This record gives sequence, structure tokens and C-alpha cells, in this order.
Amino acid sequence: MSDAVFAEQAVADQAVADRAVAAPAPHAGAGMAVEIRKVSHHFRLSGKSLPVLEGIDFSVAPGEFVALLGPSGCGKSTLLRLIAGLEPPSAGAIVADSEPVNRPDPSRNLVFQDPTLFPWATVWRNVATGLEARGLLKQHRARVDDALALVELGGFADAYPHQLSGGMAQRASLARALVNDPSLLLLDEPLGKLDSLTRMTLQVELVRLWQRNGFTALLVTHDVEEALLLASRVIVFSERPARIKAEFRFDEPYPRHRDDPGLIDLRRRILGTLGLAT
Amino acid sequence: MTDATETLDGAAAVDAPGLLPGLWRDGLLIALAWGVAAVVTVSLPDVVPWGGGDLFAAITGVGALTFVVLAFAAHRLGRAGEILIHYGPWLIAIGVWLALWELITAKTGWLPKPFFSPPHGLLNVYVNDGQRLLICIGYTLRLWALGFLSGIVVGYAVGVALGWSKRFAYWGMPLLKLIGPVPATAWIPCTFYFFPTTFGASIFIVALASGIPVAILTASGVGSVNRAYYDVGRILGADSRYLIRRVAIPAAMPHVFVGLFMALYYSFAVLVVAEMLGAKYGLGWYIQFQTAYSGYANVYAALLIMAVLCAGIIRLLFVARDRLLKWQQGFI
Repeated sequence: MSDAVFAEQAVADQAVADRAVAAPAPHAGAGMAVEIRKVSHHFRLSGKSLPVLEGIDFSVAPGEFVALLGPSGCGKSTLLRLIAGLEPPSAGAIVADSEPVNRPDPSRNLVFQDPTLFPWATVWRNVATGLEARGLLKQHRARVDDALALVELGGFADAYPHQLSGGMAQRASLARALVNDPSLLLLDEPLGKLDSLTRMTLQVELVRLWQRNGFTALLVTHDVEEALLLASRVIVFSERPARIKAEFRFDEPYPRHRDDPGLIDLRRRILGTLGLAT
Repeated sequence: MTDATETLDGAAAVDAPGLLPGLWRDGLLIALAWGVAAVVTVSLPDVVPWGGGDLFAAITGVGALTFVVLAFAAHRLGRAGEILIHYGPWLIAIGVWLALWELITAKTGWLPKPFFSPPHGLLNVYVNDGQRLLICIGYTLRLWALGFLSGIVVGYAVGVALGWSKRFAYWGMPLLKLIGPVPATAWIPCTFYFFPTTFGASIFIVALASGIPVAILTASGVGSVNRAYYDVGRILGADSRYLIRRVAIPAAMPHVFVGLFMALYYSFAVLVVAEMLGAKYGLGWYIQFQTAYSGYANVYAALLIMAVLCAGIIRLLFVARDRLLKWQQGFI
């Protein structure tokens, strides 16, 4: 409750403050604690049960940036959908800030691999969706402008999604999540479909937004380097049905560099657990 | 100025720039074609008298003279001139067609009276029966507007419900599929029984013809919305009401417009049938009445009016679509 008020104040403050300064998180502690308790999940496919997740058990501290790494199709994205509350897990429980997750909530926001912007709405309207859906838009119109400025799309408020490049669309989709001041940001390979230059830029952006807003971040990716550039902990999943295979801590300060020897060394070890070591 | 219009329009690019700069050559060709039509009409006698020949020749003749003037002025008329130049080839074709039409009907009798009518025969109808035709246009437009609007409103609401609610679709879809292909005329006995007035029955027939395509297309539009949009909406805190209003309905809009275009054609097609139900005026009624008396020139005249009305309304619908589906530009 007070978090929300605090967060709003922070957004307003930040709009005034110089964005270029890599200030420490203005309201550290706004992040959500997440516990994944023995979660298993299966899909029903043409009458047969297809196990996707098996006994996943880990917790994430408030404000932590955790990367979930694993072979493609292993079920990482499914886990994010469960944490977002889009589907209930077949077994086990997910607890967010001591409350069981059983429905979607704007405080737990999910950014998809595709920007999934509504093509019929302008960028501004898209970003405003969360506030509008909850009847908050009238009092908080400025938050939409702030969110757009935050992802450097201030000049594109009236553009339609088809007029944006892939990177800009993904920024807009980030703004659409951030305008709700989520305390947990679930990132489902958000940079997966972007060209490598845009990707590098947005990796830096993501760290900046995370440091600034202090939310907890869970990033699904199959790019080891990306995981190590962004996260302080990397959880490696096995092939489907996904199990936790290994966990690595990486407490290097930000901004990180992809040619950092510590990062390169860890990268080799992680690839080793994935069976890809050379 | 001329450079721009010439590159925009290939047909106008044949201007001889060295000879007479600013001359619109198509304009002269139009004048020629229309002039020929006028000359053919007055100089050759009708095989069977039609009346209205002098007036028709006067109109096409004045048209020909106007295009002679426009041939020199079109490039100075700005936007209107550009539109004129764009349709130049069409105007030539119309002139040629009018001349040929005169020849094969009134002048040679290859296509004989009363089954065919020369253009001045139609003109004769508009002049002599204009009053009655105007009233008929009014009646037809009233019937069409009431039927079409009530049909698409109900069809749209039913379509949204069918596309959104599984239970509604379970009961509604098979019914719609059953009712959909039944020709509107088949409903006449029921409508006579259920509607207190024949006007009400006529409206119902037009409404049915317009409502069904809108319902089917809206349902398929709402049903085929990318599920990810609903996920996004739910994550952002949207309830079902919001998801229908702000996600399902706008996402289905392109489909709805396809349905509206189909509805427009169907509604015009059933107008004639609907006006069989004891109407006292209306273009459909007029067509049937004149057919019964072999007044085929009158029939053609009324058909031409209906075609022009339909084309005009389609034009309006296109304008509405381009405005509402602005977000789709680049896809259309």
C-alpha cells in the first residue's frame, strides 16, 4: 500500500531529476519476494499429459535480478506464466510477498518476447492500458508520459505500433509494464527477436531501469552472456520436463562488460552444465 | 506542376510538351468522343421513336465543348484538375460507349425496343418520370437505411456474443449456420404472419440480409483475436468488460468491415424482393411494376439509380473504414 504511494512519488521525483545520472535505486526495497515451492506443471496435449516443470523450488529476494537459463522449449516461459498468475500450477505453490499467486496482477508484470502491443492503439494508449483498465488513468496521465520518456519514446506517443522498429516496439512494451510500477518484472526473452546492436543497447537499458526502480526481475533467456550481463544469479534448467540443474552467483558490479574475465570464466562453466563446453 | 501530375498519371504522360505546353490531350479526345455521340444522336433517325434524343445530344454536345475548354485549363485547376486528368481515360471510354450504344440500339435497331433502350431513352425516363423516381428513391433509402442499420446493429451484437462466449457460441453458431444460407425470400410467409405491417416485414428482410454476414464475420473476428492480447490485458489488470470493449472489439474491426461490405451488397440485392411485399413506392417496386408493363427503359433507368446509390454508399463505407482502421495502414 505505502509502497505504491512511495513508488509514484519516486516516478515524479525522477522525472525532475537528471535521468542520465546512474543514481542508486530511488526506492530500493520496492521489489517483491517470490517463492516457488515445489512447482510442477503439465500440459494436456491430445489427451496425454505432457510434463513441463518438475519440482521447481527456489526463492528470489526483493530487488534481486535472477536469470533463468535453459534449452529452448524446456518450460522456462511456462514458469513465468505461472508466476504471472495466467495459469495455476498443476502442483506446488507460488508465493509473492507472502501471498499465494492465483490470478494476474499488475504488480507482477510480464514482458513477452513479442512486443504484443495492441496494433489498433497508439503507443501512448498502449502504455496507458494498465492504468486505464484499473480506472487510474484520469488522475495519472503524467505517469504515461514519464514511462515513455523513461524508455526514450517521448516523441512517439502518437505513433501506431506498425510504425515502430522492433527495438522501439519492445521499449514501448517495457514502458507499458513499468507504468504500473511493478514490484516484480517477468521478462520472457524480451530481447530474443532483436538484432544484436539493439539487443546490446536494451541490455544496458534493462539494468538501468532495474537499478532505478528497484523491482525484482526474473529474466528468461537462452543467451548465457545476456544472463551474466544482467543477473546476479543464474539458475540453469534441464531439458523438458525442466528441473533445476545448477545455480550460479555473480556479484560483479554493474555495468558489466562481456569481455570481463570473471564473466567469461563463468560463461564457460555454465555452458559446461548445459553440455556445450568446448 | 505538370511534371508532378504527369508522373502521377501514366495516361496523361503522353502530352506533347514541345508543341503546346499545358495541353491535356485526353481532354480533346473526350470532347471528340462525346461530340461524336451527340452528332450520332441528332443526325441519324431513330428506328423506332424514343424521345429525349435532342436533349441527350444537347447534353453530350455541351459536355464536349466543356472538355475542349478543360483540355487547355485542366492543368491550372489544382486538385480538381488532377482528379479530372486521372479519370480522363474513363471519360473517353464513356463517350465512345455512348456513341456505340446509340448506334446499336436506337439507330440500327440491332438491340430492339422494348428490350433495350438507348441512352436518350433512359434520359427520357428521368425527364418524364423524374417526380415518381425521386419519391421512389426516398422510399427505398428509408427502407434500406432502417433495415440495414437495425440489421448490422443486431448482427454486430450477436457476433460479439458468439465470438466471446463459449456457451452462446454452442447454441448460436449452429443456428446461424442453418439460417445463414436460407435466401431472404424464403422468409416471406413467416414475416407476413409475424409483422403487423408489410413495411415492417420488408425492413425485417433487409435487416436479415445485412445482419447475417455481419454476425458471422464479427464472430470470427472476435474468435480469432491473438490470445496473447488477452494475456497482456489480464496482466495489466483488465476485467472481462475491458477485454471485450478494448481488446476483442477493436481487434475484430477489420473482420467487421468485411462483413459490412457484404451486408451492403446483400441488402441491396434483397431490396427488390423486400419491396414486393405490398410497397406502394420504391425503386424495387418501380422495377417490378415497369417489368410487368414491359417498360424496360424505366427498369434500366431505375437499376442505374440503384447502382449509383449502392456505389455511393460503398464509397462512404470505405471512407469510414479508412478512418477507423487507420492503425492498419501498411497492412491494407
